[in-house]
Amino acid sequence: MLKSIITIAITVLLSCSSRAVEIDYWQYSYKSRIDAMDKLINAFEIKYPDITVKHTNFPYAQYRTKVAAAVSAGEGPDVVQLYYGWLSDYRRAKILKPLSNELFPRSDIEAEYFPLVRLMKQDGDYYALPTAVRSLGLFWNKKLFKDAGLDPETPPETLDELLKMAKKLVKRDKAGNIIQVGLTMGPINQDHNWWREVLVRQFGGTPYDKNTSKVNYFNDAGIKAFEYYVRLLTEHRVSVVDFMDKGEIAFKAGRAAMHIDGSFVLSTFDRARRLDYGVTELPVHNGVKANFSSYWVNGITSKVNKKKQAAAEKFLKFITSEPAQQLWLDEVGELPSRRAVALREKNLKHPKYGPFIRGLEYAVTTDFKSESAQRKTFVDMFDRVVLTNMGIIDSLRIGAMEDQIIISEAQKR
Amino acid sequence: MTVSQKRSLCAWSFIGVPLIYFILIRFYPSLDAFSIAFTDWDIVGEKKYIGFDNFIVLWDDPIFWIVLSNTFEYLLLGVPISLLLSFVIAYFLDQVRFGHGFLRACYFIPFLTTAVAMAWVWRWFYQPVPVGIINLGLGKIGILQFDFLRSTTEALPAVLAPAIWAGLGFQIVIFIAGLRAVPITYYEAAKIDGATSWHILRVITLPQLRSTIVFLVVISSIGFLRIFDQVYNMTQEGEGGPLNATRPLVLNIYKAAFENFDMGMAAAQTVVLFTLLLIITIIQLRILRK
Amino acid sequence: MNKNKASLNPKKIIIWTFLFIGAVIMMTPIIFMFSASFKYNDQIYDLTLFTSDFTLDNYIYLLENTDFIVWLSNSLFISLFTTFCVLFFDSLVGYTLAKFQFNGQKIVFIAILSTLMIPTEMLVIPWYIIARDFGLLDTYLGLILPGIMTGFGVFLMKQFFEGVPDDYLEAARIDGVGEFTIFIRIALPLVTPALSALAIFTFLGNWTAFLWPLIVSSSAELFTVPVGLASFSGEFQSDWELIMTGAALATLPTLLVFLILQRYIIRGVVLGGLKG
Repeated sequence: MLKSIITIAITVLLSCSSRAVEIDYWQYSYKSRIDAMDKLINAFEIKYPDITVKHTNFPYAQYRTKVAAAVSAGEGPDVVQLYYGWLSDYRRAKILKPLSNELFPRSDIEAEYFPLVRLMKQDGDYYALPTAVRSLGLFWNKKLFKDAGLDPETPPETLDELLKMAKKLVKRDKAGNIIQVGLTMGPINQDHNWWREVLVRQFGGTPYDKNTSKVNYFNDAGIKAFEYYVRLLTEHRVSVVDFMDKGEIAFKAGRAAMHIDGSFVLSTFDRARRLDYGVTELPVHNGVKANFSSYWVNGITSKVNKKKQAAAEKFLKFITSEPAQQLWLDEVGELPSRRAVALREKNLKHPKYGPFIRGLEYAVTTDFKSESAQRKTFVDMFDRVVLTNMGIIDSLRIGAMEDQIIISEAQKR
Repeated sequence: MTVSQKRSLCAWSFIGVPLIYFILIRFYPSLDAFSIAFTDWDIVGEKKYIGFDNFIVLWDDPIFWIVLSNTFEYLLLGVPISLLLSFVIAYFLDQVRFGHGFLRACYFIPFLTTAVAMAWVWRWFYQPVPVGIINLGLGKIGILQFDFLRSTTEALPAVLAPAIWAGLGFQIVIFIAGLRAVPITYYEAAKIDGATSWHILRVITLPQLRSTIVFLVVISSIGFLRIFDQVYNMTQEGEGGPLNATRPLVLNIYKAAFENFDMGMAAAQTVVLFTLLLIITIIQLRILRK
Repeated sequence: MNKNKASLNPKKIIIWTFLFIGAVIMMTPIIFMFSASFKYNDQIYDLTLFTSDFTLDNYIYLLENTDFIVWLSNSLFISLFTTFCVLFFDSLVGYTLAKFQFNGQKIVFIAILSTLMIPTEMLVIPWYIIARDFGLLDTYLGLILPGIMTGFGVFLMKQFFEGVPDDYLEAARIDGVGEFTIFIRIALPLVTPALSALAIFTFLGNWTAFLWPLIVSSSAELFTVPVGLASFSGEFQSDWELIMTGAALATLPTLLVFLILQRYIIRGVVLGGLKG
């Protein structure tokens, strides 16, 4: 009797454990993203009780290496979040599997998502899908506008207005040191994106050719765009580079009147007390609207075996679904990648999300070969001018050359 | 078994495990590092042996030469400044009785701090107004602010300062110990001869401190050649900027290995670092033997 | 040197004053760090050290919103465990090399001594690959393993054991005491100054270690204090008063230990430094 009970118990236990699947999900650590993902996982596990999801986070700085190292050793995540710019690298290293066309039909993706997602299609297959995307916006501090005698509800609409207002908003102490900047400048933060994809286009150029195989900004448009950016500092003195260490901190502390950044900083600014700010679309120039978008995508790794495949696909479908995207917007402040969710009336009219979502319609995405290295070419390009007095054209030439080397090297591989 | 066999067996049983550890965790990796230096390897794919190509690429890489000269700049500024400061302080501190313990503690405490933590403190100090306290202080007395970390010339000394600051305490206590080891009879003999204290310092104290000085030069050289924590934490995004002005060899190694996955190139640079340290050690041995 | 207690000549006063100013300068970063950690955000940009409305908010925020306690305990655990291992193994090897004659003794000593020549920076790449291949990335074992024995410690301990008279050990052997017991009970207590010197260096080295923990640990639960501190600037958008609080928390433990054991620590550092 006892023996048979035990036998049954063991069989039941075994069958249970063989049916239950655990999958690993990795993303980098950022508080609001972690909390939102935990909520999604909870909902997912209620919907699919036989699947559990283990959620692991790493700091951004080490994230990329860790994923590569772990998956290549047959460990690590089953479903992984990665920066869109890493896709080519990850695909080459065989870290990702293509998404099945039955479960994630190409035509549906192309119809339902914003066009920038197409960068995730390589050789005819989609490799990953975003939950959310981000674009850039111009933040302005209403109180500082009022103090400077400007209308706190009217942010600049053009680059010329931006400059004019910034001049009025900068404040100096008796020694002449700037103690409040008109516009933050952080080439290493978001400004390199603003310059590359927005300013260059607004001054009549395109940063790269169609396949991103050639640098295309060492020309009149590039020079003018670079001039505009550099002169904010050198000629018009409306800013201090990396003011208070990071523009975001200065804006949060009420020491910067205007600041260009991604939608993801909204949550940071909302936490700051006594910060009365607004967001608007990036200023236009020559009638050209432009914006930069970046995003994180979720893909299924090559280590996933048959047993976990179905679970991983269900999970990926779940975290890119419409409800998940709305939750991500509400919790993280990152914009839905599906048009249907983004263009909902309440999102489009939202005072803070609206400008970013409107920006998405004309946003472009840089096909980075190496984001950090390409970012550095711009930072150095800028520093050469402002720190070593090199001419704008000479520095731009060197920067374009360095950028071209990075691109060519990547293509050789 | 004879007694000596027995004792030999006992010895091997004592050092057996440690020896295996040293072989696996020290020797094998060192050889491995040399071998990786001759490969093209992105940690994920296959290792490809390419001979001296990595070294040739380094030789032609202008940034590598900037990095190398930065590394020497850390060394050539750091060692003399820190030794001179610590010797002067130790020399006088040794003569002071009143509050000796308290003063010594003040000088020594920075040695116990965590470089990462202090790098952030100094990073704060160096900010322009209205944040950084150095520039705030200068502003109060009407001096125009320094750029510090935003300057291609001031950034390297600014990053070096906390490294010197933190090491000073150690050098001071070693110097004091060295000073106290000088036999008192030497001084007494000199006093009888009517020598001035400057003369005593030159003829007796400094020569007697030779081994202490050599030891400290070597220790601090090795430390400054390997500077990393401060640069990683004090420069924007840990890039060693602006314009690579503060980037030392170890940061370049870290970036190559753990950001670009270029293991071959990183290992080749560790071989360069190893060679530098080897040269310094050999010079030390030469001097000590004389 | 001539030390007249009562002599208060002007030269001495000048020397003392300069030394005192130097000491204040040395302590300035630490004092400002602690001062900022007790201030509100809008107060840290003025130069006054002590404000009347000082706050513990920063500490509370940090302890509630970050894994700082976990990082502190990780650092403490790793430093203590490593120190213990180093003390045991290094003195065992140092003792064996000093007090036994056996074939290959010289080679073993030179081999271990030669590891002193190899900088950690050179080893981290192979270590990382080994850790990856054995699944040690992001584990305590991976964090601890590279540091549990050091060439420096072996060398230091060997120097000190050589000063221990053989008669003591022989007497015990004649009484039939086992070799390991002789090492633990008789030899080790004779070199306690060296042990404490080694302990100070090892603990401090591990407490402040940055490069290897930065590379091998990836989840926040495994961070040591330095790695946690470096990472949280990116995640918490560097508010200076919070960073100063973190820095203060990282400094506090060693500072307290120093204030209690000042004399022993300095003596240990001198001993380790000169003999090592």
